[in-house]
Amino acid sequence: MTQLHTPSLAGALHHPDGEKHVEKISVRDLRFYYGQYEALKGINISIPDRRVTAFIGPSGCGKSTLLRVLNRIYEMYPGQRATGEVMVDGDNILDPNLDLTKLRTKIGMVFQKPTPFPMSIYENVAFGIRLYDKISRADMDERVHWALSQAALWDEVKDKLHQLGTGLSGGQQQRLCIARAIAVRPEILLMDEPASALDPISTAKLEELIEKLREEFCIVIVTHNMQQAARASDYTAFMYLGELVEFDTSEKIFTNPSNVRTRDYVTGRFG
Amino acid sequence: MTRVQTRRITDIVMTVIALAVTSLVLLILGAILWTLLSNGLSALRPSLFTESTPPPGSQGGLLNAIFGSAVMTGLAILAATPIGVMAGTYISEYGRNSRLAHIVRFVNDVLLSAPSIIIGLFVYGIVVVQMGHFSALAGVVALAIIAIPIIVRTTEDMLGLVPDALREAAAALGSPRWKIIAKVSYRAAFQGILTGVLLAVARISGETAPLLFTALNNQFWSSNLNAPMANLPVVIFQFAMSPYEDWRQLAWGGALIITATVLALNIFARLLTRKRTGRS
Amino acid sequence: MALIDDADLNRIRRIRNGRLADIFFRWLTWSFMALVLLMLGGVIVVLVQGAAPALKLFGFDFLITAKWNPVTDEYGALVPLVGTLATSAVAMLVGVPASFAVAFFLTELCPYKLRTSLSTAVELLAAVPSIIYGIWGLFVAAPFFQATVEPALAAWLGPIPLIGQLFSGVPIGIGILLAGLILGLMILPFMTAVMRDVFETVPAVLRESAYGLGATRWEVVWKVVLPYCRTGVVGAVMLGLGRALGETMAVTFVIGNAHRLPKSLFDPATTISAALANEFTEAVSDTYTSALIALGLVLFLLTFIVLAAGRRLLLRAEVAKTGGGK
Repeated sequence: MTQLHTPSLAGALHHPDGEKHVEKISVRDLRFYYGQYEALKGINISIPDRRVTAFIGPSGCGKSTLLRVLNRIYEMYPGQRATGEVMVDGDNILDPNLDLTKLRTKIGMVFQKPTPFPMSIYENVAFGIRLYDKISRADMDERVHWALSQAALWDEVKDKLHQLGTGLSGGQQQRLCIARAIAVRPEILLMDEPASALDPISTAKLEELIEKLREEFCIVIVTHNMQQAARASDYTAFMYLGELVEFDTSEKIFTNPSNVRTRDYVTGRFG
Repeated sequence: MTRVQTRRITDIVMTVIALAVTSLVLLILGAILWTLLSNGLSALRPSLFTESTPPPGSQGGLLNAIFGSAVMTGLAILAATPIGVMAGTYISEYGRNSRLAHIVRFVNDVLLSAPSIIIGLFVYGIVVVQMGHFSALAGVVALAIIAIPIIVRTTEDMLGLVPDALREAAAALGSPRWKIIAKVSYRAAFQGILTGVLLAVARISGETAPLLFTALNNQFWSSNLNAPMANLPVVIFQFAMSPYEDWRQLAWGGALIITATVLALNIFARLLTRKRTGRS
Repeated sequence: MALIDDADLNRIRRIRNGRLADIFFRWLTWSFMALVLLMLGGVIVVLVQGAAPALKLFGFDFLITAKWNPVTDEYGALVPLVGTLATSAVAMLVGVPASFAVAFFLTELCPYKLRTSLSTAVELLAAVPSIIYGIWGLFVAAPFFQATVEPALAAWLGPIPLIGQLFSGVPIGIGILLAGLILGLMILPFMTAVMRDVFETVPAVLRESAYGLGATRWEVVWKVVLPYCRTGVVGAVMLGLGRALGETMAVTFVIGNAHRLPKSLFDPATTISAALANEFTEAVSDTYTSALIALGLVLFLLTFIVLAAGRRLLLRAEVAKTGGGK
């Protein structure tokens, strides 16, 4: 179920061309703790569907933490907990009764460093699909082909599908991980500094890919690279010391931010 | 003499001592291997592998002992591998930094370096006394107890080397925990764990002390797990201490077989690890 | 669209099975972990239970009585305890400096090309079963000691007061000295390998800046490397000592198995592990068996203390190396 967006931050969701967006994720008063330490201090944000939203800010500001709440991956570690509300399509995903498996089918994630599993390229992509569906070999071939093409990797690997995924170059590995994430047909893609381990050419390819994927997915990307945020995202959220300072269209954030700290950060005066 | 001269002379003296000690040590260790090789090779006859251990003063072989060692080592490792891997998995994947995991780690270290003869005493108490007689089964239990801590330790170490990002990536796809462990962690750590198992095989195939009062020995061919069974280390021990030349020869032959097996396993395990680090 | 189609049903079933499998797998690994704990608990219980009759009978005197008489059923742990400590002391006295010298050679002196192969060789030697050292000691070293080494030692060191006493008596080859030396030889590759590992943890910059100041190789090792990894080296020595105390086969062949309090290093004696190996299956009376198990308990406690201390030090060295953790 989706609902129409009511802007939680003034002007946030008015794209320059004035079109209206569908809200996909709505975060209300989210607080996050590593043990005693409060890493997120009451975050409110509304993330639109089929757009790219970037989280920027100096290291330790909580941008990665926020991303890791969105699919509850933090739960793998004891001592980490979140309070507040994170609504995805109207369901609060912080509800302890929520089926994590189902949540994670819906939300794919790509990590800072490429994380190919120690198996063949084909098996890497098929891994996620096999978790949910038992499908015929032919159907599986088709899904793998689809995912790899979506990730703009098919042409490079079609002759070596059964070689180890760890043997690919860094950029290819990262696109393999994207293919693996979208193979289960999620609706949201979380990317945690996906280009930080890549060379400039691979980064350009990745940004092209993100540009293409935004047509179909709600994409949330954490980056420390402001040029990348400016180039690749529609909306940008600036975070500082566990708080959301400003959230607006990327154009506004990078040309005419309303908050002085945001301005200092994007102009490189601190952080 | 100036200060610089004293320093230089100290350096030279210490270097010479280190060189001399290293040469001496290598010479002695080389001499051990050489004695083993020359005595062992002369004992290496086809009959060594086709006949059972003889009564004193006659010719024979080690067939029953080789068979017994292989059976007991094999069964012990078959039992120890799942136990060790599972326990290591708990410490590394679930326990991590919990208090319990620290305790298990410490207990495992104690078992890892407990004198093996103590393990023999333990198994004597829990198996031999209960059954009322020595048996190959007791030997298997003793060897398994020695192998388990080795496998726990390597499993834990190797799973610890698997980056958490891989686990997170699998979890983000919605994979249940057991599947993350079975399909991703184990696969990534496979060669390392296999190395640990091989080293455990190497270790227990040379162990003598824990078999002395568990499997005991048997002069004849036996494949009965419920009865004493011959095995290379105990045969070597008894034959080497005996006054009979034939027996001593067999002891050398057995010693060579054991050492060759242990070294081969170690080298193989090393090659496995090197291939792993070479690729990543 | 239908409310629930087959694919959905399938998914639901798979997710539910996954959750059950999760619980089962966690329980499975937990129970095997518990088994490891039980094993150590079992060792302690069995040893204490087995030793109880003898300890009740002889009390604390068990530890300080030199008598070991199966005929009158009277037993004391003093002789094997002294033997264990004496052989280990000889082993450490020879093994520690020697393994330090070899580790010094391997890390600083050895040409690069030889370094890896020699280090591998040392590690492989650490894996050679101890029984090999034992039979070599019996057949090769013992006759050599009897004919050459011990008479020479007696001639050189015998006249010196105090120390001379240790090198007197009939040179028969087999005895504390030889057993200790064989033990030292056996633990040497192991201690060298651990020490070398510890030396390698010294940051290259530290070494380089010492050389940059004009330090000699010996000074780098003695004044920079060794102080830097002192705890690690002590840990390595403790692990070596633990092995020496508990070793059975390398000792049993060459100790002579004599339940007499030794007066000289040339005298045959026995150690706890050798006594167990030689006598346990022949012990006829219950008190005899119990006394032997009590010996085992003493050995277990001894090695436990040494190893726990060694592990602690090595662990601390590791923590220091990684910069005190997070």
